[in-house]
Amino acid sequence: MDHSLHQTAVAPTVLPRDKAKIAKIWKTALILTIVTSMEFTLAFTITRGSLLTIIFVSLTLVKAFYIVAEFMHLKYEVKILIWSIVLPLLFVIWLIVALLAEGNAIFEMRNIWGWF
Amino acid sequence: MSTVSVSEKEQKNLWGGGVEPLKVSYGKLMMWFFLLSDTLTFSALLVAYGLSRMAHPSFIGKVSDFVFSHDYWPIAEKVYAEVPFFHGEAPLVFVGIMTFILIMSSVTMVLAVEAGHRMDRDDVEKWMVWTICGGIAFLSCQAWEWTGFIIGHGHGLVLSSGEVIHGASLVQNEYGPRLFADFFFFITGFHGTHVLSGVIINIIVLYNVSIGTYERLGHYEMVEKVGLYWHFIDLVWVFVFTFFYLI
Repeated sequence: MDHSLHQTAVAPTVLPRDKAKIAKIWKTALILTIVTSMEFTLAFTITRGSLLTIIFVSLTLVKAFYIVAEFMHLKYEVKILIWSIVLPLLFVIWLIVALLAEGNAIFEMRNIWGWF
Repeated sequence: MSTVSVSEKEQKNLWGGGVEPLKVSYGKLMMWFFLLSDTLTFSALLVAYGLSRMAHPSFIGKVSDFVFSHDYWPIAEKVYAEVPFFHGEAPLVFVGIMTFILIMSSVTMVLAVEAGHRMDRDDVEKWMVWTICGGIAFLSCQAWEWTGFIIGHGHGLVLSSGEVIHGASLVQNEYGPRLFADFFFFITGFHGTHVLSGVIINIIVLYNVSIGTYERLGHYEMVEKVGLYWHFIDLVWVFVFTFFYLI
């Protein structure tokens, strides 16, 4: 092994903590915590149904946005990179629509028409 | 030594073609594309869960009247109602704690990345250690939850044949239709495997930080890359939490 690997030629200069940036990180953390506790509260206060499902999905998307945009820093990358990550997710939307419809069809065949 | 490493870094950032595509390093871009493919995998699992949820009847009636049966899909808060060192029902509290642990470990990971930008080795080490602790805490919680799920909650389910089922396996479970337990094991298990590998990679990166590898290299990009992966794990859990435990 090369002996020089064990030496640090010049100690790198450590920059001071970026207060504004760190404050922003904790702010994002606070938002995520608040949204999660909102979901938790709603689970016991609103009766289950499509309204509650829509609320849960929207709150989840809010959390996903903050994690991807702030923590994963995607918001600050160039536009083409953002779109090359986000656009392929259109396939997921197609998958959701297709498979939930399929699941509903299976339900009807089993329980309403009694095919199998 | 330092001048050599700086010019190496510059060359690497240029990807050898004179310009840096998408203004991001090769490693980070490839991590993004890997995470995209992993997103599609997790989407497929969760959407398949949605399909089987739609294909099974729901329980009709008040939540308080709910009893486990193979005839309908169980209500999540009735299945996940146990908390360690606490007797009685506390629906979803434990999963809430797990979610909080994972979100906090994601926060400490961003702080490690921020410290890396400043070349602050001590801070990177400190925040990496916290992140690893969070990951291990999450895995321990999951191990506890799996154990409870597999062993069962005491009463068991009496079948029409008179046989009593306790807990869950891939073949049958006391909570509801067979697919319910199958998806529980596959989705939380696949996510748990990601957490486990994330913890291992974090430990390797922490080791490299502490022996000064990245300091000599002149940048802490590896911390950023493992950070992306770690946030992705948190992101997936956010979705698992909603679709598995809340809805």
